[in-house]
Order: sequence, then C-alpha cells, then structure tokens
Amino acid sequence: MKELLVYIARQLVDNTDAVSVNQIETEKAITLQLSVAEEDMGKVIGKDGRIAKAIRTVIKAASRNEDKPVYVDIV
Amino acid sequence: MAKSVEKSGRTVDEAINAALAELNIDLEDAEVDILDEGSKAVLGLFGGKEARVRVTENKPDSKVLREFLGIVVDTMDVEVRLNIENNEDALRADIYGEDVAFLIGRHGDTLQALNYLSNLIINKEKENYRRVIVDVEDYRKKKEENLRSLANRTAAKVVRYRRPVSLDPMQAYERRIIHTELQNHEYVETVSQGEEPNRCVTVRLKPNANLRNNKYRGSYRKRY
Repeated sequence: MKELLVYIARQLVDNTDAVSVNQIETEKAITLQLSVAEEDMGKVIGKDGRIAKAIRTVIKAASRNEDKPVYVDIV
Repeated sequence: MAKSVEKSGRTVDEAINAALAELNIDLEDAEVDILDEGSKAVLGLFGGKEARVRVTENKPDSKVLREFLGIVVDTMDVEVRLNIENNEDALRADIYGEDVAFLIGRHGDTLQALNYLSNLIINKEKENYRRVIVDVEDYRKKKEENLRSLANRTAAKVVRYRRPVSLDPMQAYERRIIHTELQNHEYVETVSQGEEPNRCVTVRLKPNANLRNNKYRGSYRKRY
C-alpha cells in the first residue's frame, strides 16, 4: 500500500527524492502520511483537492485486502 | 517524467551504464547524447579525458501507463488482462478480469480517479495533450451507449411535449456525451445549468424550431 502511494506521488512531482510516506498503524486504522517538497504540494493536491481526492479514492480501492481502513494524509 | 542525468566514465559505455543505473531504467527507454567521447591516456598515464554522456529517460506512453496500472492492480492482488492501445485520438487501456468491480467503484468513482491520475501521469511535462482513457470491463463504453440513448429519448420527449427537460446531475464527461450526441439535432439544443456537483444538462427546443410534420408526432404508445 505504502509502495503504491510512493509510486503515484513520484510520478506526479518534480522533486522525486523528496517524496516520503510514513505509515502509522493503530488498532482501528492505517494512516499513510505523504510528504513532498514544498513546491510540489500543488501537484499532489490539485485544484480544489482534485488530485488528492483521486489519490485517496485509488488507495481506498487498493486497500480492500486490508482489515482496516487506510487513510491518506498530506503533510 | 523526462528525467535526465549527466555522467562521466572511462569509456562511453561505462558512462552510459552509470547514468542508466542512476535513472533506474533500461537502455531501450533512454535517449543518449554523447557530450564527449573521451580519449585514451598516453601510455595509460597522461592526458586521458573522461567520456561524458547525457542520458534522458524516454519511455513510451503505453509502457508508462502499463506500469502504473500494473502496480495498482498488483497492490490489489487481482488477476487481470490489461490491453493497451495507442491510436490517433487517445491512449486506451482496457482492463478485463473476474472480480474487478471494485476497480470501477460506486458510480464509477474509482475508475474515474484511475483515469484522472493516468491522464496526469502521461501528460506530465508534455506539450501536446494526450487523451488517456481507462476502461474496466467495458463499463465506460456501456455507460456511453446508455447516455446516448438517454439523450435521444429525451430529445424525442422535448419535441413531443414542447417543453424543456432537465436531466439528472452528471459529471463533465457525461454531460459532454449528451451535448455531442444532440449537437446536430434538428429541433433541440442542449445547455448545462447549475453549479458543480449539481450541474445538469437541459434539453430544450431550438427557438426557431419548425415542428410541423416532425417525425416525433403521434402518441407515445405508438412510437415506443
């Protein structure tokens, strides 16, 4: 799951080295914290959060085999 | 996507390999510029010059798309058949398989998101926009057919009852299908009204429509 998010983010940003994902797992959920270079923020969020929303939708669909929900935070 | 690095090495080949390793790509996906061929050192000691090359990543679109969708599908752990077609008006990816409904999602949400991300990835740093269409089990194709038939049925209704009809709220690409289908219609015209996400198409009579002897006359029952 984490790898998928890293892959998608790398495809979208200019500064691929600055992409990192931190996975936080609690009893009830998995949260993936995505961080990218300051100047690339717009490329993963998009106008009105359109790109962020698409990323969340794809991750949510991809997480069907997990036993708890997966959230994506952009930090 | 078009990443590029410059590397030097004792020979041209060495420099190229170092660059490919850094970009993590194969030679077939790269464009190589030789900046300096380098020269052998005299007696293996003096005046040798290193070779310099610039290697630019140049992966074909279809390969990039296949890679992206492949990774998505692998993460989901499903078996699919992925068909990629590169034709004039669009790059098409068709996904077939059992148990792929979740790739479509509610009202096609997931498919829409996949399609949107594919478009972004393919068109990154590109001058000419390339349309990318991702479809799962012909979902989109069927939906388009449904929308076209809805458009025609609605047009008939508008002509028969001589009053405008508004359709349900739709996404931009869905509305476009309706507009396109009716753009050359003899009697009706279409407009989009309202604000996202409740924007919908209204089909109405053209102001100058001459409805005498139109082919939609007669009772509803008789025609359908």
